[in-house]
Amino acid sequence: MLSDSPIAVEEHGPELLHHFANAEQQRDAASLGMWLFLATEVMFFGGMFCAYLIYRYWYYNEFAAGSRSLDIYLGTINTAVLICSSLTVALGVRAAQMGKRKLLVILLLLTIVFGFAFLGIKGVEWYNKYKEHHIPGPSFNVDDLVRDYPQIHIDPRHEQIYFSLYFAMTGLHALHMIIGVGIFAFLTFYAWKGRYTPKYYTPVELGGLYWHFVDIVWIYLFPLLYLIDRKPLR
Amino acid sequence: MSVHIMSTKFYYTIWIALLCLTVVTAAVSFVDLGPFNTIVALVIATIKALLVVLFFMHVKYTSEKLTKIVIVSAIFWLFLLLALSMADYATRLLS
Repeated sequence: MLSDSPIAVEEHGPELLHHFANAEQQRDAASLGMWLFLATEVMFFGGMFCAYLIYRYWYYNEFAAGSRSLDIYLGTINTAVLICSSLTVALGVRAAQMGKRKLLVILLLLTIVFGFAFLGIKGVEWYNKYKEHHIPGPSFNVDDLVRDYPQIHIDPRHEQIYFSLYFAMTGLHALHMIIGVGIFAFLTFYAWKGRYTPKYYTPVELGGLYWHFVDIVWIYLFPLLYLIDRKPLR
Repeated sequence: MSVHIMSTKFYYTIWIALLCLTVVTAAVSFVDLGPFNTIVALVIATIKALLVVLFFMHVKYTSEKLTKIVIVSAIFWLFLLLALSMADYATRLLS
């Protein structure tokens, strides 16, 4: 390239497609697109949080009793698992920035392991709910809650709304986790092939943004579903 | 957005803070604070979310103002959705 060239033209490659002026502009555009997608995801989950808020306001007793019936230990452990996965993602993006290929692959794999651990624990919780007949449907039964919490007035129809929201919200979150694991499997494969360099690691960064977002959704789901009312009953 | 590489120690600090807040929020839920139980749980959740957004998602160090506008807009839309819906339901007399 001539030193007196009026417009600096960089080498083209995956880090610089022909319609971008430079790599930084391309990275900014990709990042902005991802944040816009995450904004639509906020609205997607927002509809569910809104339904939750309205029914919790109407049927607080049933929400409190349903919340008590969830396993707070498994819920707390799962929150910790997701936080650990967010750490491995953040460290993975850092490894990509520094061009440490081996470390990046290990951290991406660790993230997938944490993702499966979360889904496994979630599956155990859902199975427990199945055994307790707490899944909305024909076999739905909350006689156990009515017996365990005589201080709380429980209408089984309203209790079913709590559990419907519980399964819809944790189910939608789990679906996002499954997609996240798929994205990270893809990233791991290409990281192992050496596609990501300090000049070009945008897919790792954007996959990381998605994973952190799903973590944040859980950070809110945990107190809203598990911790509604845990104080000792009078 | 200029590339800003943080130290591993920095990420570990955020991670420890997030884990501590998780244990605190689970433990506090067993203490009877009246209506403040919900408020404390949501404040802790918001602090955790802020830690993730600002430091793990690098929003604090990005120079892109557009990104910040998108984030603030998303939160504002969510606020509109929740606040205006509740303004209806909370002031409606149930027959």
